[in-house]
Amino acid sequence: MLAVVGTLPEEDFPLIMGTVELKGRELLLEGRQIPVTRGTAALLGAAGAALKILNKPPPLAFLVGDTGLGRGSQRLYEYVAQELGTHRLRVLAFHYILPQVDWHAQVYFALERLNPRPFLIADAGFMYVAKMSGLAPAYDLFTPDVGELAFLADEEAPHPFYTRGFILTQDDRVPELISRAYVHGNAARYLLVKGQTDYVADRQGIVATISEPQVEALEAVGGTGDTLTGMVAALINAGWEIVPAAVLAARANRLAGKLSGASPATSVAEIVEHIPLALKELLEGFRPDLEAG
Amino acid sequence: MSIFGFLKRKKTAPKTEDTALDQGLLVFSSTSEVIRAEVLLQKAGVSVKVMGPPPEIQSGCDLVIVFPINRQKEVLQILTRQQLRPLEVVPVSGPLMKPVDLFRVKDFGRYLMVRAANMKLTVDKETRVIVNISGGGCPDVPFLAAQLVGCSLDQAPRPRDLGHTLCGYALELALQEMERQCWRW
Repeated sequence: MLAVVGTLPEEDFPLIMGTVELKGRELLLEGRQIPVTRGTAALLGAAGAALKILNKPPPLAFLVGDTGLGRGSQRLYEYVAQELGTHRLRVLAFHYILPQVDWHAQVYFALERLNPRPFLIADAGFMYVAKMSGLAPAYDLFTPDVGELAFLADEEAPHPFYTRGFILTQDDRVPELISRAYVHGNAARYLLVKGQTDYVADRQGIVATISEPQVEALEAVGGTGDTLTGMVAALINAGWEIVPAAVLAARANRLAGKLSGASPATSVAEIVEHIPLALKELLEGFRPDLEAG
Repeated sequence: MSIFGFLKRKKTAPKTEDTALDQGLLVFSSTSEVIRAEVLLQKAGVSVKVMGPPPEIQSGCDLVIVFPINRQKEVLQILTRQQLRPLEVVPVSGPLMKPVDLFRVKDFGRYLMVRAANMKLTVDKETRVIVNISGGGCPDVPFLAAQLVGCSLDQAPRPRDLGHTLCGYALELALQEMERQCWRW
């Protein structure tokens, strides 16, 4: 089963664990309706859409409200650390959470006790804290954008505030930044770097790039990075190897944008609605052995 | 505590009028120091602007403060009083030392997107409604997006009042630049 740990942008949303169903542009969780907006809701929406196409059960979510102050995040770290051992998970994706090294340590110790250990994905705030803790190599996949990659690549930066390139992204430096992140032990086993061109890399270097189809308007649409992380998590949960899963997810994300006729005003929920069609279309002709190289 | 607490008292910044060679750059180790220094200097009436560092400057973080070089002594006194010490003070000595503009504007026809550093804010030019916010992975970004998307520029809450991170600061800059662009419509 795929589990997703993250936050929703409401301060008073309670801590809930449960199976999430995608219905139209909403997530249904324990009797609550959650709009598919950017952030963890978009990740869950994309994962749910992909899992349905792949004939897999819907994702399990550990969710809490947090507007960036960290109160919800702290409760979520504690809860996840206690609960992880009670679930048999194949893939575990961590997402928008306030980075806090001590809290991360609690979760990490719980992860170490799991047998079998799930495939571990980290994005956004949880990826920051995994790197800040010096434990990046313990994770299987990070999904940074180029600015976040600059933070991973900076071996001295304790926090994104101290990183050159975190907010002034430099797309042309991606290969160098990937290499530096691995040299200093600040990358997961695999990286899926999201941007105008998406990169899949491991310690040996870049193993795939994806830049088609190009949909210019997607740059303006918030949440398309979240949907990519959700799709790759779903594919890996369905048994796909990491590299072909990342390549297919990146292509499907772009195609879903194209099929939606995305404009700069398109919502990420509209992109999610087109994920099933995009995945179906790509799955028909996809050859993992050929596409991953 | 929010890094924006001090920004709430901010007055409109006087326009930087010096030519490039009259300017200096303050380089800090972290962007939070840059944001603090910006507010302190603006409160003291010094004309400053936050920009990206020129590539020739290897030290410091993603942001520098551009200030009138003839006020260097006073500027350093203001900062020192608040225990803020720049890593470097660099005169803008030529075109290679020119700081980088944080903003990029993309016109999609009906929609205009302003990118400030890593944050992108898009507005419908016909209605002046914020239709999308993209970029950024800081923990407060989904909340900021939820609060701003769907609001008209006139009624949108300020990211500086709601945000807690560097991404929130960049979004505030994007909103200010979008408001500036609006005067042209």
